[in-house]
Amino acid sequence: MTIERRAFDTRSIRRDFPILKREVHGKPLVYLDNAATSQKPVQVIAEITRYYRDTNANIHRGVHTLSQEATQQYEDVREKVRALIGGRRVEEVVYTSGTTMSLNLVARGWARHRLRAGDEVVLTEIEHHSNIVPWQQLRDEIGIVLRFIPMLPDGTLDMEEARRLIGPRTRLLSVTHASNALGTIVPVRELADLAHAQGALVCVDGAQSVPHMPVDVTELGADFLAFSGHKMLGPTGTGVLWARHEVLEEMEPLFGGGDMILTVTLEESTWNEIPYRFEAGTPNIEGVIALGKAIDYLTALGMDQVRAHEVELLDYALRRLGDLPGVTLFGPPEVERRGGVVSFDLEGVHPHDIGQVLDSHGVAVRTGHHCAQPVMAALRVPATARASFYIYNTPDEVDALAEAVADAARFFGGATGATGAAHGG
Amino acid sequence: MVGDPGLDELYREIILEHYRSPKRKRHLEAHNRHADGSNPLCGDQIVVEARVDDGRVSDVGFTGQGCSISQASASLMTDYVVGRPVDEALEAVGAFQQMMTTGEAPSGVDLGDIEALLGVAKFPVRVKCASLGWKTLEQALKRGEPASEAAPVTTDERSM
Repeated sequence: MTIERRAFDTRSIRRDFPILKREVHGKPLVYLDNAATSQKPVQVIAEITRYYRDTNANIHRGVHTLSQEATQQYEDVREKVRALIGGRRVEEVVYTSGTTMSLNLVARGWARHRLRAGDEVVLTEIEHHSNIVPWQQLRDEIGIVLRFIPMLPDGTLDMEEARRLIGPRTRLLSVTHASNALGTIVPVRELADLAHAQGALVCVDGAQSVPHMPVDVTELGADFLAFSGHKMLGPTGTGVLWARHEVLEEMEPLFGGGDMILTVTLEESTWNEIPYRFEAGTPNIEGVIALGKAIDYLTALGMDQVRAHEVELLDYALRRLGDLPGVTLFGPPEVERRGGVVSFDLEGVHPHDIGQVLDSHGVAVRTGHHCAQPVMAALRVPATARASFYIYNTPDEVDALAEAVADAARFFGGATGATGAAHGG
Repeated sequence: MVGDPGLDELYREIILEHYRSPKRKRHLEAHNRHADGSNPLCGDQIVVEARVDDGRVSDVGFTGQGCSISQASASLMTDYVVGRPVDEALEAVGAFQQMMTTGEAPSGVDLGDIEALLGVAKFPVRVKCASLGWKTLEQALKRGEPASEAAPVTTDERSM
Protein backbone atom coordinates (compact mmCIF):
# COMPACT_ATOMS: atom_id res chain seq x y z
CA MET A 1 0.00 0.00 0.00
CA THR A 2 1.55 3.28 -1.05
CA ILE A 3 0.34 6.66 0.10
CA GLU A 4 0.22 9.39 -2.48
CA ARG A 5 2.30 12.42 -1.55
CA ARG A 6 0.47 15.66 -0.98
CA ALA A 7 1.88 19.18 -1.21
CA PHE A 8 2.51 20.78 2.19
CA ASP A 9 -0.05 23.56 2.06
CA THR A 10 -1.04 24.87 5.47
CA ARG A 11 -4.27 26.41 4.22
CA SER A 12 -5.51 23.15 2.79
CA ILE A 13 -4.29 21.27 5.89
CA ARG A 14 -6.26 23.62 8.15
CA ARG A 15 -9.46 22.82 6.28
CA ASP A 16 -9.10 19.21 7.46
CA PHE A 17 -9.26 20.21 11.14
CA PRO A 18 -12.81 21.21 12.11
CA ILE A 19 -11.81 22.41 15.59
CA LEU A 20 -9.62 25.16 14.10
CA LYS A 21 -12.79 26.93 13.00
CA ARG A 22 -13.99 27.44 16.52
CA GLU A 23 -13.67 30.60 18.57
CA VAL A 24 -12.53 30.94 22.16
CA HIS A 25 -13.69 34.02 24.09
CA GLY A 26 -14.78 35.53 20.79
CA LYS A 27 -11.33 35.09 19.19
CA PRO A 28 -10.24 32.52 16.62
CA LEU A 29 -8.66 29.55 18.36
CA VAL A 30 -4.85 29.60 18.15
CA TYR A 31 -3.95 26.10 19.27
CA LEU A 32 -0.33 25.98 20.43
CA ASP A 33 -0.49 23.10 22.90
CA ASN A 34 0.49 20.37 20.48
CA ALA A 35 3.16 18.89 22.74
CA ALA A 36 0.28 17.98 25.09
CA THR A 37 -1.97 16.60 22.39
CA SER A 38 -2.58 17.32 18.72
CA GLN A 39 -5.89 18.13 17.08
CA LYS A 40 -7.48 15.53 14.78
CA PRO A 41 -8.27 15.79 11.07
CA VAL A 42 -11.65 14.79 9.63
CA GLN A 43 -10.02 11.70 8.16
CA VAL A 44 -9.29 10.39 11.67
CA ILE A 45 -12.58 11.53 13.20
CA ALA A 46 -14.59 9.99 10.35
CA GLU A 47 -12.70 6.71 10.62
CA ILE A 48 -13.84 6.18 14.20
CA THR A 49 -17.47 6.64 13.14
CA ARG A 50 -16.98 4.47 10.07
CA TYR A 51 -15.55 1.68 12.17
CA TYR A 52 -18.53 1.66 14.55
CA ARG A 53 -21.08 2.01 11.78
CA ASP A 54 -19.66 -0.61 9.41
CA THR A 55 -17.20 -2.98 11.03
CA ASN A 56 -17.50 -3.10 14.82
CA ALA A 57 -16.65 -6.57 16.15
CA ASN A 58 -14.12 -8.07 18.49
CA ILE A 59 -10.80 -9.01 16.93
CA HIS A 60 -8.86 -12.31 16.77
CA ARG A 61 -11.94 -14.17 17.94
CA GLY A 62 -14.63 -14.82 15.37
CA VAL A 63 -14.89 -16.61 12.07
CA HIS A 64 -17.66 -14.22 11.15
CA THR A 65 -17.08 -11.56 8.54
CA LEU A 66 -17.18 -8.51 10.79
CA SER A 67 -14.62 -9.96 13.19
CA GLN A 68 -12.33 -10.81 10.29
CA GLU A 69 -12.67 -7.32 8.84
CA ALA A 70 -12.01 -5.66 12.19
CA THR A 71 -9.00 -7.91 12.77
CA GLN A 72 -7.61 -7.15 9.32
CA GLN A 73 -8.00 -3.38 9.74
CA TYR A 74 -6.47 -3.49 13.22
CA GLU A 75 -3.53 -5.59 12.06
CA ASP A 76 -2.91 -3.51 8.91
CA VAL A 77 -1.93 -0.57 11.13
CA ARG A 78 1.12 -2.47 12.41
CA GLU A 79 2.59 -2.30 8.93
CA LYS A 80 1.92 1.47 8.76
CA VAL A 81 3.69 1.93 12.09
CA ARG A 82 6.58 -0.27 11.01
CA ALA A 83 7.03 1.70 7.82
CA LEU A 84 6.82 5.03 9.68
CA ILE A 85 9.68 4.23 12.06
CA GLY A 86 11.75 1.94 9.87
CA GLY A 87 11.27 -1.25 11.88
CA ARG A 88 12.15 -4.56 10.23
CA ARG A 89 9.17 -6.74 11.17
CA VAL A 90 5.50 -6.01 11.83
CA GLU A 91 5.46 -8.21 14.94
CA GLU A 92 7.86 -5.75 16.55
CA VAL A 93 4.98 -3.29 16.92
CA VAL A 94 3.12 -3.61 20.23
CA TYR A 95 0.00 -1.50 20.68
CA THR A 96 -0.28 0.24 24.05
CA SER A 97 -2.41 3.02 25.54
CA GLY A 98 0.37 5.56 25.03
CA THR A 99 3.99 6.40 25.77
CA THR A 100 3.52 6.06 29.52
CA MET A 101 2.30 2.49 29.21
CA SER A 102 5.01 1.72 26.66
CA LEU A 103 7.76 2.87 29.03
CA ASN A 104 6.19 1.01 31.93
CA LEU A 105 6.12 -2.09 29.75
CA VAL A 106 9.87 -1.77 29.22
CA ALA A 107 10.42 -1.32 32.96
CA ARG A 108 8.05 -4.09 34.08
CA GLY A 109 8.18 -6.50 31.16
CA TRP A 110 11.87 -6.32 30.33
CA ALA A 111 13.95 -4.66 33.06
CA ARG A 112 12.07 -6.26 35.97
CA HIS A 113 13.12 -9.69 34.73
CA ARG A 114 16.50 -8.97 33.15
CA LEU A 115 18.16 -6.66 35.69
CA ARG A 116 19.52 -7.35 39.17
CA ALA A 117 20.46 -5.27 42.19
CA GLY A 118 23.39 -3.00 41.34
CA ASP A 119 22.70 -2.95 37.60
CA GLU A 120 22.59 0.60 36.31
CA VAL A 121 19.93 2.35 34.25
CA VAL A 122 21.07 5.66 32.76
CA LEU A 123 18.44 8.38 32.30
CA THR A 124 18.72 12.14 31.79
CA GLU A 125 17.72 15.19 33.75
CA ILE A 126 15.36 16.30 30.96
CA GLU A 127 13.10 13.25 30.98
CA HIS A 128 9.32 13.45 31.26
CA HIS A 129 8.09 12.04 34.56
CA SER A 130 6.92 8.92 32.74
CA ASN A 131 10.55 8.04 31.97
CA ILE A 132 11.64 8.64 35.58
CA VAL A 133 8.92 7.31 37.86
CA PRO A 134 8.74 3.71 36.51
CA TRP A 135 12.51 3.43 37.03
CA GLN A 136 12.30 4.78 40.56
CA GLN A 137 9.58 2.23 41.30
CA LEU A 138 11.77 -0.53 39.90
CA ARG A 139 14.81 0.74 41.86
CA ASP A 140 12.81 0.50 45.08
CA GLU A 141 11.66 -2.97 44.16
CA ILE A 142 14.80 -4.72 42.87
CA GLY A 143 17.67 -2.40 43.77
CA ILE A 144 18.80 -1.15 40.36
CA VAL A 145 20.88 2.04 40.39
CA LEU A 146 19.71 5.12 38.48
CA ARG A 147 22.18 7.55 36.90
CA PHE A 148 21.13 10.86 35.38
CA ILE A 149 22.97 12.63 32.57
CA PRO A 150 22.79 16.30 33.63
CA MET A 151 21.37 19.16 31.62
CA LEU A 152 23.54 22.14 30.67
CA PRO A 153 22.09 25.65 31.11
CA ASP A 154 21.04 25.80 27.43
CA GLY A 155 18.87 22.71 27.86
CA THR A 156 21.22 20.30 26.05
CA LEU A 157 22.84 17.31 27.71
CA ASP A 158 26.30 17.27 29.25
CA MET A 159 27.85 14.76 26.82
CA GLU A 160 31.16 14.66 28.69
CA GLU A 161 29.31 13.54 31.78
CA ALA A 162 27.34 11.07 29.64
CA ARG A 163 30.59 9.41 28.57
CA ARG A 164 31.56 9.08 32.24
CA LEU A 165 28.16 7.78 33.41
CA ILE A 166 27.65 5.13 30.73
CA GLY A 167 29.94 2.35 31.89
CA PRO A 168 30.36 -1.39 32.35
CA ARG A 169 27.53 -1.58 34.90
CA THR A 170 25.07 0.13 32.54
CA ARG A 171 22.41 -2.30 31.37
CA LEU A 172 19.94 0.16 29.89
CA LEU A 173 19.97 3.72 28.60
CA SER A 174 16.46 5.21 28.55
CA VAL A 175 16.38 8.64 27.03
CA THR A 176 14.00 11.08 25.42
CA HIS A 177 14.51 11.88 21.73
CA ALA A 178 13.05 15.38 22.11
CA SER A 179 12.31 17.14 25.40
CA ASN A 180 8.64 18.02 25.92
CA ALA A 181 9.57 20.90 28.23
CA LEU A 182 12.34 22.57 26.22
CA GLY A 183 12.27 21.01 22.77
CA THR A 184 15.89 19.87 23.02
CA ILE A 185 16.67 17.18 20.44
CA VAL A 186 18.94 14.64 22.09
CA PRO A 187 21.84 13.12 20.09
CA VAL A 188 20.40 9.67 20.66
CA ARG A 189 22.70 7.88 18.22
CA GLU A 190 25.82 9.15 19.94
CA LEU A 191 24.49 8.04 23.33
CA ALA A 192 23.24 4.73 21.91
CA ASP A 193 26.71 3.94 20.55
CA LEU A 194 28.19 4.55 24.00
CA ALA A 195 25.55 2.30 25.60
CA HIS A 196 25.87 -0.48 23.03
CA ALA A 197 29.65 -0.46 23.44
CA GLN A 198 29.00 -1.42 27.07
CA GLY A 199 26.54 -4.14 26.08
CA ALA A 200 23.54 -2.12 27.30
CA LEU A 201 20.20 -1.74 25.52
CA VAL A 202 18.71 1.59 24.46
CA CYS A 203 15.13 2.73 25.06
CA VAL A 204 14.00 5.91 23.32
CA ASP A 205 11.02 8.04 24.39
CA GLY A 206 9.78 9.24 21.02
CA ALA A 207 6.59 10.95 22.24
CA GLN A 208 7.82 14.34 21.01
CA SER A 209 9.83 13.18 18.00
CA VAL A 210 7.82 10.53 16.11
CA PRO A 211 4.93 12.98 15.47
CA HIS A 212 7.23 15.76 14.32
CA MET A 213 10.24 14.50 12.36
CA PRO A 214 11.57 11.52 10.43
CA VAL A 215 12.47 8.79 12.94
CA ASP A 216 14.27 5.59 12.00
CA VAL A 217 14.91 3.06 14.73
CA THR A 218 18.02 1.70 13.02
CA GLU A 219 19.58 5.11 12.48
CA LEU A 220 18.78 6.02 16.10
CA GLY A 221 20.28 2.81 17.43
CA ALA A 222 17.12 2.11 19.41
CA ASP A 223 16.26 -1.26 20.92
CA PHE A 224 12.95 0.11 22.21
CA LEU A 225 10.93 3.07 20.92
CA ALA A 226 7.90 4.38 22.81
CA PHE A 227 5.38 6.88 21.46
CA SER A 228 1.76 8.02 21.63
CA GLY A 229 -0.92 8.17 18.95
CA HIS A 230 -2.75 11.20 20.29
CA LYS A 231 0.20 13.56 19.78
CA MET A 232 0.31 12.61 16.07
CA LEU A 233 -3.28 13.27 14.94
CA GLY A 234 -4.56 9.97 16.33
CA PRO A 235 -7.06 9.26 19.13
CA THR A 236 -6.16 9.33 22.82
CA GLY A 237 -5.56 5.93 24.37
CA THR A 238 -3.39 4.75 21.49
CA GLY A 239 0.35 4.24 21.56
CA VAL A 240 3.15 1.97 20.50
CA LEU A 241 6.07 0.15 21.97
CA TRP A 242 8.38 -0.94 19.19
CA ALA A 243 11.22 -3.26 20.14
CA ARG A 244 13.62 -5.48 18.24
CA HIS A 245 11.98 -8.89 18.04
CA GLU A 246 14.86 -10.59 19.89
CA VAL A 247 14.24 -8.21 22.78
CA LEU A 248 10.47 -8.70 22.70
CA GLU A 249 11.04 -12.46 22.85
CA GLU A 250 12.81 -12.07 26.18
CA MET A 251 10.09 -9.85 27.68
CA GLU A 252 7.36 -11.00 30.04
CA PRO A 253 3.74 -9.91 29.59
CA LEU A 254 2.45 -7.30 32.04
CA PHE A 255 -1.15 -8.41 32.06
CA GLY A 256 -2.66 -11.86 31.78
CA GLY A 257 -6.00 -12.48 30.15
CA GLY A 258 -7.69 -12.95 26.84
CA ASP A 259 -5.83 -12.75 23.52
CA MET A 260 -2.37 -12.98 25.11
CA ILE A 261 -2.42 -16.75 25.63
CA LEU A 262 -2.11 -19.83 23.44
CA THR A 263 -3.40 -22.41 25.90
CA VAL A 264 -4.88 -22.19 29.36
CA THR A 265 -5.46 -25.08 31.74
CA LEU A 266 -6.45 -24.78 35.36
CA GLU A 267 -2.79 -25.26 36.27
CA GLU A 268 -0.93 -23.09 33.79
CA SER A 269 -0.97 -21.09 30.59
CA THR A 270 1.34 -20.58 27.65
CA TRP A 271 1.89 -17.25 26.01
CA ASN A 272 0.79 -16.26 22.56
CA GLU A 273 3.33 -15.09 19.97
CA ILE A 274 4.81 -11.59 20.02
CA PRO A 275 3.32 -9.01 19.88
CA TYR A 276 -0.03 -10.50 21.01
CA ARG A 277 1.27 -11.68 24.35
CA PHE A 278 1.61 -8.02 25.36
CA GLU A 279 -1.92 -7.08 24.33
CA ALA A 280 -4.18 -8.74 26.88
CA GLY A 281 -7.91 -8.10 26.68
CA THR A 282 -9.99 -6.37 24.05
CA PRO A 283 -7.85 -3.44 22.90
CA ASN A 284 -8.69 0.07 21.68
CA ILE A 285 -9.68 -1.27 18.25
CA GLU A 286 -11.26 1.89 16.82
CA GLY A 287 -8.38 3.94 18.21
CA VAL A 288 -5.74 1.82 16.50
CA ILE A 289 -7.62 1.79 13.20
CA ALA A 290 -8.04 5.58 13.31
CA LEU A 291 -4.34 5.89 14.22
CA GLY A 292 -3.71 4.21 10.88
CA LYS A 293 -5.49 7.13 9.18
CA ALA A 294 -3.36 9.58 11.18
CA ILE A 295 -0.20 7.84 9.97
CA ASP A 296 -1.52 7.92 6.38
CA TYR A 297 -2.12 11.66 6.76
CA LEU A 298 1.40 12.35 8.02
CA THR A 299 2.99 10.00 5.49
CA ALA A 300 1.22 11.79 2.63
CA LEU A 301 2.68 15.09 3.83
CA GLY A 302 6.08 13.55 4.47
CA MET A 303 7.77 13.70 7.87
CA ASP A 304 10.62 15.73 6.37
CA GLN A 305 8.08 18.36 5.29
CA VAL A 306 6.42 18.29 8.73
CA ARG A 307 9.80 18.95 10.32
CA ALA A 308 10.67 21.71 7.84
CA HIS A 309 7.38 23.47 8.54
CA GLU A 310 7.94 23.35 12.29
CA VAL A 311 11.53 24.60 12.00
CA GLU A 312 10.23 27.60 10.07
CA LEU A 313 7.62 28.38 12.75
CA LEU A 314 10.11 27.76 15.53
CA ASP A 315 12.66 30.09 13.99
CA TYR A 316 10.04 32.82 13.61
CA ALA A 317 8.65 32.31 17.13
CA LEU A 318 12.09 32.45 18.74
CA ARG A 319 12.72 35.77 16.99
CA ARG A 320 9.27 37.26 17.73
CA LEU A 321 9.22 36.26 21.40
CA GLY A 322 12.93 37.00 21.84
CA ASP A 323 12.30 40.58 20.72
CA LEU A 324 9.73 41.17 23.48
CA PRO A 325 11.03 42.97 26.57
CA GLY A 326 11.09 40.79 29.66
CA VAL A 327 10.83 37.48 27.83
CA THR A 328 13.34 34.74 28.67
CA LEU A 329 13.55 31.82 26.24
CA PHE A 330 14.63 28.42 27.53
CA GLY A 331 16.24 25.62 25.56
CA PRO A 332 18.87 25.50 22.83
CA PRO A 333 18.97 28.64 20.67
CA GLU A 334 19.70 26.69 17.45
CA VAL A 335 16.56 25.45 15.66
CA GLU A 336 18.49 22.43 14.35
CA ARG A 337 18.80 21.18 17.90
CA ARG A 338 15.20 21.59 19.00
CA GLY A 339 11.71 20.44 18.16
CA GLY A 340 8.81 22.84 17.64
CA VAL A 341 8.57 23.80 21.31
CA VAL A 342 9.15 27.26 22.81
CA SER A 343 9.34 27.39 26.59
CA PHE A 344 9.52 30.89 28.02
CA ASP A 345 8.78 33.15 30.92
CA LEU A 346 7.94 36.79 31.28
CA GLU A 347 9.62 38.84 33.95
CA GLY A 348 7.28 39.66 36.81
CA VAL A 349 4.40 37.59 35.43
CA HIS A 350 3.79 34.07 36.67
CA PRO A 351 3.27 31.50 33.85
CA HIS A 352 -0.21 30.77 35.16
CA ASP A 353 -1.15 34.42 34.62
CA ILE A 354 0.47 34.40 31.16
CA GLY A 355 -1.67 31.39 30.27
CA GLN A 356 -4.81 33.11 31.54
CA VAL A 357 -4.24 36.27 29.48
CA LEU A 358 -3.31 34.20 26.41
CA ASP A 359 -6.52 32.19 26.79
CA SER A 360 -8.52 35.41 26.73
CA HIS A 361 -6.91 36.00 23.31
CA GLY A 362 -7.92 32.52 22.16
CA VAL A 363 -4.28 31.36 22.38
CA ALA A 364 -3.93 27.91 23.97
CA VAL A 365 -0.54 27.20 25.56
CA ARG A 366 0.53 24.98 28.41
CA THR A 367 1.76 26.49 31.64
CA GLY A 368 3.28 24.68 34.59
CA HIS A 369 6.05 22.15 35.01
CA HIS A 370 5.14 20.09 31.90
CA CYS A 371 5.57 16.83 33.85
CA ALA A 372 9.29 17.58 33.94
CA GLN A 373 9.91 18.94 37.43
CA PRO A 374 13.66 18.14 37.35
CA VAL A 375 13.98 20.43 34.30
CA MET A 376 12.22 23.24 36.18
CA ALA A 377 14.53 22.65 39.17
CA ALA A 378 17.62 22.80 36.93
CA LEU A 379 16.40 26.05 35.33
CA ARG A 380 15.54 27.38 38.82
CA VAL A 381 12.05 28.38 37.73
CA PRO A 382 8.79 27.17 39.31
CA ALA A 383 7.12 26.78 35.92
CA THR A 384 7.22 28.03 32.34
CA ALA A 385 4.76 28.86 29.59
CA ARG A 386 5.13 26.63 26.55
CA ALA A 387 3.96 27.08 22.98
CA SER A 388 4.30 24.04 20.71
CA PHE A 389 3.60 23.82 17.01
CA TYR A 390 2.24 21.37 14.48
CA ILE A 391 1.38 21.04 10.82
CA TYR A 392 -1.64 23.39 10.90
CA ASN A 393 0.00 26.32 12.69
CA THR A 394 0.91 29.47 10.77
CA PRO A 395 3.22 32.48 11.14
CA ASP A 396 0.06 34.57 11.75
CA GLU A 397 -0.58 32.44 14.81
CA VAL A 398 2.95 33.10 16.02
CA ASP A 399 2.11 36.82 15.67
CA ALA A 400 -1.07 36.29 17.71
CA LEU A 401 1.02 34.55 20.38
CA ALA A 402 3.57 37.36 20.50
CA GLU A 403 0.86 40.03 20.68
CA ALA A 404 -0.90 38.17 23.49
CA VAL A 405 2.37 37.85 25.44
CA ALA A 406 2.99 41.58 24.96
CA ASP A 407 -0.52 42.20 26.27
CA ALA A 408 0.21 40.09 29.36
CA ALA A 409 3.33 42.20 29.94
CA ARG A 410 1.25 45.39 29.69
CA PHE A 411 -1.53 44.00 31.85
CA PHE A 412 0.78 43.05 34.72
CA GLY A 413 3.32 45.77 33.94
CA GLY A 414 4.79 47.41 36.98
CA ALA A 415 4.60 44.26 39.07
CA THR A 416 8.35 44.02 39.12
CA GLY A 417 9.15 46.06 36.05
CA ALA A 418 7.92 43.64 33.42
CA THR A 419 8.09 46.39 30.83
CA GLY A 420 11.77 47.01 31.57
CA ALA A 421 14.72 45.93 29.48
CA ALA A 422 14.93 42.43 28.10
CA HIS A 423 17.14 40.00 29.90
CA GLY A 424 19.10 37.19 28.38
CA GLY A 425 18.25 33.61 27.66
CA MET B 1 -5.85 45.59 25.38
CA VAL B 2 -7.17 42.50 27.03
CA GLY B 3 -10.32 41.77 25.12
CA ASP B 4 -12.27 39.38 27.28
CA PRO B 5 -14.41 41.06 29.95
CA GLY B 6 -14.05 37.98 32.13
CA LEU B 7 -10.38 38.76 32.68
CA ASP B 8 -11.24 42.03 34.40
CA GLU B 9 -13.49 40.09 36.72
CA LEU B 10 -10.61 37.84 37.67
CA TYR B 11 -7.91 40.47 37.85
CA ARG B 12 -9.71 43.25 39.75
CA GLU B 13 -7.61 46.34 40.29
CA ILE B 14 -7.26 45.72 44.02
CA ILE B 15 -5.91 42.24 43.27
CA LEU B 16 -3.31 43.63 40.89
CA GLU B 17 -2.33 46.20 43.53
CA HIS B 18 -1.79 43.52 46.15
CA TYR B 19 0.17 41.45 43.60
CA ARG B 20 2.43 44.36 42.73
CA SER B 21 2.89 45.46 46.34
CA PRO B 22 2.06 42.52 48.59
CA LYS B 23 1.54 43.21 52.29
CA ARG B 24 3.57 41.33 54.89
CA LYS B 25 5.49 39.31 52.32
CA ARG B 26 8.44 38.69 54.61
CA HIS B 27 9.82 36.30 57.17
CA LEU B 28 8.36 36.76 60.61
CA GLU B 29 11.33 36.19 62.91
CA ALA B 30 9.18 36.05 66.04
CA HIS B 31 6.68 33.51 64.71
CA ASN B 32 5.39 30.68 66.85
CA ARG B 33 3.16 29.08 64.20
CA HIS B 34 4.06 28.11 60.66
CA ALA B 35 3.07 25.85 57.79
CA ASP B 36 4.22 25.17 54.21
CA GLY B 37 1.91 25.11 51.21
CA SER B 38 2.62 23.96 47.68
CA ASN B 39 0.73 23.45 44.43
CA PRO B 40 3.38 21.66 42.37
CA LEU B 41 1.28 21.61 39.21
CA CYS B 42 1.36 25.41 38.90
CA GLY B 43 4.63 25.93 40.74
CA ASP B 44 3.08 27.87 43.63
CA GLN B 45 4.88 27.70 46.96
CA ILE B 46 4.12 29.51 50.17
CA VAL B 47 5.31 29.58 53.77
CA VAL B 48 2.96 31.19 56.27
CA GLU B 49 4.40 32.28 59.62
CA ALA B 50 2.23 33.67 62.40
CA ARG B 51 2.70 35.05 65.89
CA VAL B 52 -0.09 34.10 68.26
CA ASP B 53 -0.26 35.78 71.67
CA ASP B 54 -3.09 35.09 74.12
CA GLY B 55 -5.24 33.49 71.43
CA ARG B 56 -4.85 36.42 69.09
CA VAL B 57 -2.95 36.64 65.77
CA SER B 58 -0.62 39.51 66.62
CA ASP B 59 1.33 39.29 63.36
CA VAL B 60 1.62 37.16 60.24
CA GLY B 61 3.95 37.00 57.25
CA PHE B 62 4.28 34.92 54.11
CA THR B 63 7.08 34.08 51.69
CA GLY B 64 7.28 32.09 48.50
CA GLN B 65 6.33 32.47 44.89
CA GLY B 66 3.22 32.09 42.86
CA CYS B 67 0.79 33.62 40.42
CA SER B 68 -0.94 36.95 40.93
CA ILE B 69 -4.05 35.33 42.38
CA SER B 70 -2.17 33.30 44.99
CA GLN B 71 0.02 36.23 45.99
CA ALA B 72 -2.78 38.79 46.15
CA SER B 73 -5.03 36.42 48.06
CA ALA B 74 -2.31 35.78 50.67
CA SER B 75 -1.62 39.50 50.96
CA LEU B 76 -5.31 40.35 51.45
CA MET B 77 -5.55 37.53 53.96
CA THR B 78 -2.78 38.96 56.15
CA ASP B 79 -4.57 42.33 56.18
CA TYR B 80 -7.67 40.64 57.51
CA VAL B 81 -6.31 38.32 60.17
CA VAL B 82 -3.76 40.51 61.95
CA GLY B 83 -5.11 41.56 65.33
CA ARG B 84 -8.00 39.08 65.28
CA PRO B 85 -8.57 36.16 67.64
CA VAL B 86 -7.48 32.78 66.21
CA ASP B 87 -11.10 31.64 66.18
CA GLU B 88 -12.09 34.55 63.97
CA ALA B 89 -9.16 33.95 61.63
CA LEU B 90 -10.20 30.31 61.25
CA GLU B 91 -13.78 31.39 60.71
CA ALA B 92 -12.54 33.65 57.90
CA VAL B 93 -10.76 30.68 56.29
CA GLY B 94 -14.09 28.84 56.26
CA ALA B 95 -15.92 31.87 54.89
CA PHE B 96 -13.31 32.27 52.17
CA GLN B 97 -13.63 28.62 51.13
CA GLN B 98 -17.39 29.05 51.06
CA MET B 99 -16.99 32.10 48.84
CA MET B 100 -14.80 30.12 46.42
CA THR B 101 -17.31 27.26 46.30
CA THR B 102 -20.51 29.27 45.95
CA GLY B 103 -19.25 32.34 44.09
CA GLU B 104 -21.18 34.52 46.51
CA ALA B 105 -20.13 36.74 49.38
CA PRO B 106 -20.23 34.72 52.60
CA SER B 107 -23.13 35.28 54.95
CA GLY B 108 -22.39 36.38 58.48
CA VAL B 109 -18.76 37.38 57.88
CA ASP B 110 -17.71 40.63 56.21
CA LEU B 111 -14.45 39.88 54.44
CA GLY B 112 -14.15 43.45 53.10
CA ASP B 113 -11.64 43.85 50.27
CA ILE B 114 -11.19 40.09 50.10
CA GLU B 115 -14.53 39.91 48.32
CA ALA B 116 -12.70 41.30 45.28
CA LEU B 117 -11.60 37.67 44.87
CA LEU B 118 -15.22 36.64 44.22
CA GLY B 119 -14.55 36.62 40.47
CA VAL B 120 -12.03 33.78 40.95
CA ALA B 121 -14.93 31.40 41.58
CA LYS B 122 -15.84 31.81 37.89
CA PHE B 123 -12.42 30.44 36.90
CA PRO B 124 -12.44 27.00 38.56
CA VAL B 125 -8.80 26.22 37.76
CA ARG B 126 -7.73 29.33 39.66
CA VAL B 127 -9.66 28.59 42.86
CA LYS B 128 -6.78 26.48 44.10
CA CYS B 129 -4.41 29.44 43.57
CA ALA B 130 -6.58 31.73 45.69
CA SER B 131 -7.06 29.09 48.39
CA LEU B 132 -3.43 28.06 48.95
CA GLY B 133 -2.50 30.83 51.40
CA TRP B 134 -5.70 30.38 53.38
CA LYS B 135 -5.39 26.62 53.73
CA THR B 136 -1.76 27.05 54.74
CA LEU B 137 -2.70 29.64 57.39
CA GLU B 138 -5.38 27.27 58.64
CA GLN B 139 -2.84 24.50 59.09
CA ALA B 140 -0.39 26.86 60.81
CA LEU B 141 -3.02 28.00 63.31
CA LYS B 142 -4.51 24.56 63.92
CA ARG B 143 -1.17 22.85 64.42
CA GLY B 144 -0.49 24.99 67.46
CA GLU B 145 2.83 25.22 69.24
CA PRO B 146 5.32 23.71 68.98
CA ALA B 147 4.77 23.15 65.29
CA SER B 148 4.99 19.50 64.38
CA GLU B 149 6.32 18.38 61.03
CA ALA B 150 3.60 17.79 58.48
CA ALA B 151 3.30 17.36 54.74
CA PRO B 152 2.88 20.66 52.88
CA VAL B 153 -0.66 21.85 52.36
CA THR B 154 -1.89 21.60 48.80
CA THR B 155 -5.01 22.76 47.02
CA ASP B 156 -4.08 20.95 43.81
CA GLU B 157 -6.62 18.23 43.27
CA ARG B 158 -3.96 16.24 41.54
CA SER B 159 -0.41 16.68 40.36
CA MET B 160 0.70 15.00 37.19
